[in-house]
Amino acid sequence: MTSNPNSVHSNNSVNSVENAPLLEVRGLKMHFPIRRGFLQRTVGHVRAVDDVNFFIQPGETLALVGESGCGKTTTARCILRALDPTAGEVLFRTDDGRAVNLAAIPRKQLRPWRQHMQMIFQDPYASLNPRMTLADIVGEPLLVNGMRDRQARNDRVAELLRLVGLRPEYMQRYPHAFSGGQRQRIGVARALALNPSLVVADEAVSALDVSVQAQILNLLMELQERLGLTYLFVAHDLSVVKHISDRIAVMYVGKIVELAPTRRVFSVPKHPYTEALLSAVPIPNPRVHSQRILLEGDVADPSKPPPGCYFHPRCRYAVERCRIEPPPLVEVESGHYAACHRATELTLRGVMGRETGQN
Amino acid sequence: MAQSVPAIPTDPDHLVEDIATDAEERVSVATQWQLMWWRFKQHRLGVFSGVVIVIFYLVVVFADLLAYVDPAQSEALRSLIAPQPIHWFDNGQFRPHVYALAGKRDPLTFKRVYEPDPERKIPITLFARGFEYKLLGMVPTDVHLIGLAGAPPEEGLYLLGTDLQGRDMWSRLMLGTRTSLTIGLLGVAISLFLGVLLGGLSGLYGGWVDTLIQRIIEITRSIPTIPLWMGLAAAVPNSWNVTQIYFSITIIISLIGWTELGRVVRGRFLSLREEDFVLAAELAGASQWRIIFRHMVPSFLSHIIAATTLALPAMIISETALSFLGLGLRPPAVSWGVLLQDAQNVQSLAISPWLLAAAIPVIIIILAFNFLGDGLRDAADPYGV
Amino acid sequence: MEPILTVDNLKTYFFQSEGTVKAVDGASFEVYPGQTLGLVGESGCGKSITARSILRLVDKPGRIVDGSIQYYPANGGQALELTELPSDGATMREIRGKDIALIFQEPMTSFSAHYSVGNQIMEAIRIHDRGLSQQAARARAVDLLRKTGVPMAEQRLDMYSFQLSGGLRQRVMIAMALACTPRILIADEPTTALDVTTQAQILALLKDLQRSFGMAIILITHDMGVIAEMADEVAVMYLGRVVERGPVDQIFHAPRHPYTRALLRSIPSIDGEPRTKLPTIRGSIPHPYSRPQGCPFHPRCLERIAGVCDQHEPALARMADGQAVACFLHHREEIRQN
Ligand SMILES: Nc1ncnc2c1ncn2[C@@H]1O[C@H](COP(=O)(O)OP(=O)(O)OP(=O)(O)O)[C@@H](O)[C@H]1O
Ligand SMILES: Nc1ncnc2c1ncn2[C@@H]1O[C@H](COP(=O)(O)OP(=O)(O)OP(=O)(O)O)[C@@H](O)[C@H]1O
Ligand code: SF4
Ligand SMILES: [Mg+2]
Ligand SMILES: [Mg+2]
Repeated sequence: MTSNPNSVHSNNSVNSVENAPLLEVRGLKMHFPIRRGFLQRTVGHVRAVDDVNFFIQPGETLALVGESGCGKTTTARCILRALDPTAGEVLFRTDDGRAVNLAAIPRKQLRPWRQHMQMIFQDPYASLNPRMTLADIVGEPLLVNGMRDRQARNDRVAELLRLVGLRPEYMQRYPHAFSGGQRQRIGVARALALNPSLVVADEAVSALDVSVQAQILNLLMELQERLGLTYLFVAHDLSVVKHISDRIAVMYVGKIVELAPTRRVFSVPKHPYTEALLSAVPIPNPRVHSQRILLEGDVADPSKPPPGCYFHPRCRYAVERCRIEPPPLVEVESGHYAACHRATELTLRGVMGRETGQN
Repeated sequence: MAQSVPAIPTDPDHLVEDIATDAEERVSVATQWQLMWWRFKQHRLGVFSGVVIVIFYLVVVFADLLAYVDPAQSEALRSLIAPQPIHWFDNGQFRPHVYALAGKRDPLTFKRVYEPDPERKIPITLFARGFEYKLLGMVPTDVHLIGLAGAPPEEGLYLLGTDLQGRDMWSRLMLGTRTSLTIGLLGVAISLFLGVLLGGLSGLYGGWVDTLIQRIIEITRSIPTIPLWMGLAAAVPNSWNVTQIYFSITIIISLIGWTELGRVVRGRFLSLREEDFVLAAELAGASQWRIIFRHMVPSFLSHIIAATTLALPAMIISETALSFLGLGLRPPAVSWGVLLQDAQNVQSLAISPWLLAAAIPVIIIILAFNFLGDGLRDAADPYGV
Repeated sequence: MEPILTVDNLKTYFFQSEGTVKAVDGASFEVYPGQTLGLVGESGCGKSITARSILRLVDKPGRIVDGSIQYYPANGGQALELTELPSDGATMREIRGKDIALIFQEPMTSFSAHYSVGNQIMEAIRIHDRGLSQQAARARAVDLLRKTGVPMAEQRLDMYSFQLSGGLRQRVMIAMALACTPRILIADEPTTALDVTTQAQILALLKDLQRSFGMAIILITHDMGVIAEMADEVAVMYLGRVVERGPVDQIFHAPRHPYTRALLRSIPSIDGEPRTKLPTIRGSIPHPYSRPQGCPFHPRCLERIAGVCDQHEPALARMADGQAVACFLHHREEIRQN
């Protein structure tokens, strides 16, 4: 059993470039200082991301799920270097097979790397500058990366708009002329402008209406197939995640508590938090009545996490050991990682193949 | 770099139905300024105030054209003449004229009184000749918009009467308007420069720069304005000429006025820094300069314009107040404040209420700027709900 | 069973200079004691405005322009026509809070930051029960917080809303709404801002409270999962109009309206297969100013009948089994345009 999901792969990557992950995150930490008083002295830290490890294979979708404030956005922003992580490595594999540690590159020299990884935002209204036309918004990444010729740029913008299902004639319009779903398409077009290999989607469909959500999810999946994109898909909605991801990483208070292929997470979860999370999702079928696991109390405060396993105050399986010793993320079964002392002994309830009891 | 990407064939799921009408199409491609204008137009009072302000600034530009006598020209014999009514018709014919005045001493009070002589009608003409000046500061001329045709020099036109020294109030008001309104504009320009510079630095860099500038703003704002002005204005040497005083007063006013604008700018920078579209630009590889000038500045420019409009009345009031108290501009300069100084004396005010004429434009312009500012502020963010 | 509230053909419009927003344009449903009516629909379809119309809390430039809202008071008295009461008259104020209470969509903004939450609950109690002493009100408040599952209720009473977590804040909000044991509780997206695990807690709490107080709940949400879980009856809204209404099981298992059917298909389900394409509804919801003529859903409807659906507006007609639907595929009853 290995103590960390990366180690398996770092061994492989020595031999074959083929199997090497596109992105590897090692020991990522982001601690925000809490400042108080007149002199703004640091009185503590919010451990927003606390030793996170994972990798993403090329062409794969890894979903990062968890409740509000567990550090999903912070993780995503550290990878994109919108934030400077406190510690850890963000290894990105370039076309020639080298791995570059983005966390160590000074901000000023990041530009050449930025075009390989782009982001899709949650809020379709806030993420587009209302004072710029589509041509300027989608064309901006092209312009700042050296495509000075307006005609060439507009051609490319037209191509991108078509790609995401918008009419190229819309190019001279401003974002206010579009609905939420259409704006999200514009955001996707902008993200794809530079042909990135990794796209980070932070709650990309959370703000959308149900009927539009499905459209965008389908679009993202289609684009992935066509362009061979790799996604880091941040979301809090497990049913959405299920539709798009190959593997899922569940976060709780700054740490990954479970990481496994999608099907396994839903059928045989290995962490009690995942089990509770799955059972809490309301099922759009009045005939199915799942047995809810109602968690007691609140999510732990990331500036004062409890000792031992962060989840133990709310865990119904907690034993003495959980209160003292923090559980490491270990490979419970092949490709299935969990950070729980009792991961191997417990049989937890998933949602797939669940009994459909008539009521 | 821009390698071609395969296009997805348009399927009905993807293509969003397009039922835009012409009107919607027009809105779709409307720039921020067009949207603002459409919204601003609905604010009737704001638009009306805008027109009023334009008229006032036309007065500023054409002040000498509108004046008909040299505002500095005093005539002891003609002191405190009441405003002269204009008679529009002469024997049923449209021929504007005034009656000539005959000065007499009141046998009881020994005061000079002026009596119109209905026998002597002096016609008013357009484009009469008068004192010499440079139109728009360039073209030397002596043509004035109105004047008296062929009247003897001692017979004058006194639309708003005269002051104690016999200077024509109308002509003085025109030139006073020029001074007061340009001081406001110049003061606001300096405030704006300081506010944008310091507020921008504060919001962009944060840290100790921010703390320092914030403290300066707080301290400036905590000092009561009147004593501060008085102190500063008292420090202006008596020997300075009109222009020097004019500029020093402008600077004094704007030193206090910039803080509000500074706050607005800082606040905008701070909130814009967190905007998703700014992060998107950064992730696309845009430079700091591009982010500031292409994304952030256009986003708050309209707010700044509105804030500036709302700051202008304070500037104008400041000048008027300072000069009224005798701390600002001094004669021979003419401004609204200087004009109102003459109205300080209650006794003279009772006899000659027209000395208060300068108060009317002050009130009008302050209201107009406030209404315009309100309208602009409502229109400033056409994208909000 | 007799309904406790009937809403019939309610229309609430916003008259703006840019145009008239028909926020609610023909909403009809009944609420029964002890039951939960789920009001479901996508963003902007008029759910919140319907709720506010019932409580007569619609802000200017909005106005109820048509329809009726009948409320049947507790003692079996005369039905009250709420649309005819003055919105800040004594009767309406009495009804608000005491008979019908509202839980808002945004828990953060519905509290004042200047008073402790206890103060606000006690005020809510004493508005309708003036004789109550300070101590008695406090005791009631603590009791309410306990009932809504707030741990350490005594201490929490003196806290401010921003010191509470989202879940606790929502519980306090519910406690405040229950201050006068209302007969109808309108919960406007009570869990949208919360995490799923917290949502599960709040939904369980609402069910519990309903069982012990016997109140009727109007649950507003856009989450079909929450509806399936909570509701007895469902009204589906689209563009200000109730397009389908019926018992929850029928709505989910025998939906009639093409919109309901498409909506149900397009929700990603936790039960579904991973990485499968979802069926979608084509197009997007029209802008409130440019509502399509005819059936509001026809531009997006795959089953529309050319020449009918784009010309005439279907009425919400009751079918033999009690389900009501506004769709020409099922009947030919139409709304006369006036
Ligand atoms: N700039 C910051 N300064 C201090 N604390 C921060 C900052 N950004 C985030 N945090 C804290 O870090 C934690 C993680 O936040 P993050 O935004 O990553 O959560 P999240 O998982 O994305 O949540 P959500 O689902 O609500 O988006 C939170 O407790 C948050 O309060
Ligand atoms: N004060 C207002 N002025 C003008 N239009 C309004 C106003 N309030 C609401 N509306 C409009 O009324 C319509 C219905 O709004 P409502 O808030 O009821 O939607 P909702 O179904 O509750 O949506 P959500 O799920 O987003 O809460 C929307 O189109 C909205 O734009
Ligand atoms: S009435 Fe026609 S258009 Fe409307 S939903 Fe029914 S079938 Fe579709
Ligand atoms: Mg987030
Ligand atoms: Mg709502």
